[in-house]
Amino acid sequence: MKKMMLGNEAVARGMLESGISVVSSYPGTPSTEITEFAAKYEEIYAEWAPNEKVAVEVAIGASIAGARAAACMKHVGFNVAADPAFTVSYTGVNGGLVFCVADDPGLHSSQNEQDTRRLAVAAKIPVLEPSDSTECKEFTKLAVSLSEQFDTPVILRLSTRVAHSQSLVELCEPTPYQRKPYEKNPGKYVMMPGMAKVRHSFVEKRLKDMAAWAETAPVNRIEMGDTKIGIIASGIAYEYAKEAVPNASFLKLGLTYPLCADLIKDFASKVEKLYVIEELEPITEEFCKTLGISVIGKEILSLEGEYSTELIKKAILGIDDTVYTQDDQLPIRPPIMCPGCPHRGAHYVLKKLGVTVNGDIGCYTLGALPPMQSMDTCVCMGASVSMVHGFGLADPAFNKKTVAILGDSTFIHSGITPLINILYNKGVGTVIILHNSITGMTGDQQNTTTGYTLKGDATNIISLEKLCEAIGVKRIRVEDPFDLQGFEKAVKEEIAAEEPSVIISRRPCALLKGVKFPGPISIDPNKCIGCKMCMKIGCPAIVLKNDRPVIDSTLCNGCGLCKKVCKPNAIGDNK
Amino acid sequence: MEKNIIIVGVGGQGTLLASRILGAAATLKGYDVKVSEVHGMAQRGGSVITYVKYGQKVHSPIVAKGTADLILAFEMLEGFRYLPYLKKDGVLIVNNQTIDPMPVITGAMKYPEHIVEKIEQKNIRVVCVDALSKAIEAGSTKAVNVALIGSLAATSPIEKDIFIQALKQTVPEKFLDLNKKAFELGYKTGTEQ
Repeated sequence: MKKMMLGNEAVARGMLESGISVVSSYPGTPSTEITEFAAKYEEIYAEWAPNEKVAVEVAIGASIAGARAAACMKHVGFNVAADPAFTVSYTGVNGGLVFCVADDPGLHSSQNEQDTRRLAVAAKIPVLEPSDSTECKEFTKLAVSLSEQFDTPVILRLSTRVAHSQSLVELCEPTPYQRKPYEKNPGKYVMMPGMAKVRHSFVEKRLKDMAAWAETAPVNRIEMGDTKIGIIASGIAYEYAKEAVPNASFLKLGLTYPLCADLIKDFASKVEKLYVIEELEPITEEFCKTLGISVIGKEILSLEGEYSTELIKKAILGIDDTVYTQDDQLPIRPPIMCPGCPHRGAHYVLKKLGVTVNGDIGCYTLGALPPMQSMDTCVCMGASVSMVHGFGLADPAFNKKTVAILGDSTFIHSGITPLINILYNKGVGTVIILHNSITGMTGDQQNTTTGYTLKGDATNIISLEKLCEAIGVKRIRVEDPFDLQGFEKAVKEEIAAEEPSVIISRRPCALLKGVKFPGPISIDPNKCIGCKMCMKIGCPAIVLKNDRPVIDSTLCNGCGLCKKVCKPNAIGDNK
Repeated sequence: MEKNIIIVGVGGQGTLLASRILGAAATLKGYDVKVSEVHGMAQRGGSVITYVKYGQKVHSPIVAKGTADLILAFEMLEGFRYLPYLKKDGVLIVNNQTIDPMPVITGAMKYPEHIVEKIEQKNIRVVCVDALSKAIEAGSTKAVNVALIGSLAATSPIEKDIFIQALKQTVPEKFLDLNKKAFELGYKTGTEQ
């Protein structure tokens, strides 16, 4: 039976078919749906972990105990997980162990454009790269078997266009898997210097063995066509190149680390001009050059952004198919906070107070864009809390005018340890935790503060108040970000305090099922004085018509935040 | 034969479901199909583009510039923005709804005027649909996406009953009647133009 599947769904299907029974992940675009689809299979235990490091460690534990296991994350999540990942490369596995890591060339929804292969090379973990949904499923299964055959974790490297494209997949019956027995083996599983030295030798030999396997592996295949142009490509870049230059000869690489030297040399000898087409880093290209093979790569194709059929066609054949140009200066349409978003209230107050805002990763990062522009920094998960401390250390004057702002899930992910740091080192930071009861930006995932597991079961709720209290924070208050006056008072008081403080900004995400709004409201044109205060909250439903604000009833849900900034009380219920 | 279609609009308008209905229809017709979606940050009210390609064998899931047979635009400005994707003699089906982007809301820029006229000046066939009123007539403003798929179906080589079948596979059962009605209203508009 064939089924249309998102690349991410096909990875989950591959997990089922290969007998993976434990999946632990942290959501991150474009990887999130793998774990969500895995959770739909009864045969798979799938969970959201508080962060990627924990997720990878859970999967390592399950693997060493004999189960087949996986952890899924976005590229930057693998940085968080790098510590256990680099060392499990040494211990190897018992049950098959797969890390699904999704890169985001073109930065559709990320803070950087790093290439996971660089980390994989550093960690000496092999990398499989699928090009479509069929390969997503097949390579997941291959990853499991290679993991057990070579005693190594395996990275399944996806990219946005592979993860978020649907194509047809042939479904197979799951292979039954009996958990392997666990045997105590300190030489393999206790990484102290004496044991790790031995395992390092094993890792170096393993890479050589895998490179030898790669020479004849079916996932690396030559497709001979016209020999004037040869193209080495992998992942989505292979599909683009295949469409751009269909008659060329191809070496399609499924295993992009370690690479197959002899196969590449053989292919190079058969073609006149050889191109390497890979998004982001020139890893295959550099490898070819160390082999003394003359290849064309990054000198005609960029290190930045994602590739496309038209980009490759233009670079190799000099052909541009574009017919119609768009020469008008059009207004851009960046993403915005939704109507009814609780973050809007918090950002409005912070902007009004003019404080320096150390921001973080989540929907609220959108507060950095006009008209709010209330956020000053955004680096990585949890950095807001560490950085507010750093600001205070650079100059204590910052303590009176600086806050950290981060979401509930982000706080649990990486905000607790920097808050402990503030307490321990006698810092004075003010931390605003936006408790909207969901992991929003990645598409509404449950987390430790929501009361539900990934599978939808009711569970323990981590109390943010009690957690902060336990660390030693004495000034903790809960505020509603839609109570603009109360919220403003709270921020003023807490930044003035001479000790660490936490404001829990509590209001659920407007997109949650249980959240009900009264429905569209409107502006009474007879009462409106045209002051445009309501425009300052940056709600997409309030637009200017003939220089007067009006509310677009197709977008408004009646959250009422605009009413609170309207001095003449011109905004009311829809008549 | 390969068909390249892009569906553009504003995050939250339901372009994703529309692309899935079209993808399901092409699959039922027996084609090789790829659909590329947008998830994550861009979904939050930003400019979004999803791609649907079908034919004997589809490689890239992304429609290249200058190769789209059809642009289905959920919003005027977005239809205008993505014109470079259209091939010669390609068609633009556009919902006549306008949604101001933030630079317009803040007053930094003006929403472009006379978009349809400007596009027609390039000798492009434009089918303008009042999808919002069709959706309201069907029973929910949310059915704008299905009304537009109806208009697309009217110009598609894939048969109408296959689209209906695809609709059944894709939308929740309790909203099926509403969506069928929106589809029919959109289809009717599509055939009239």
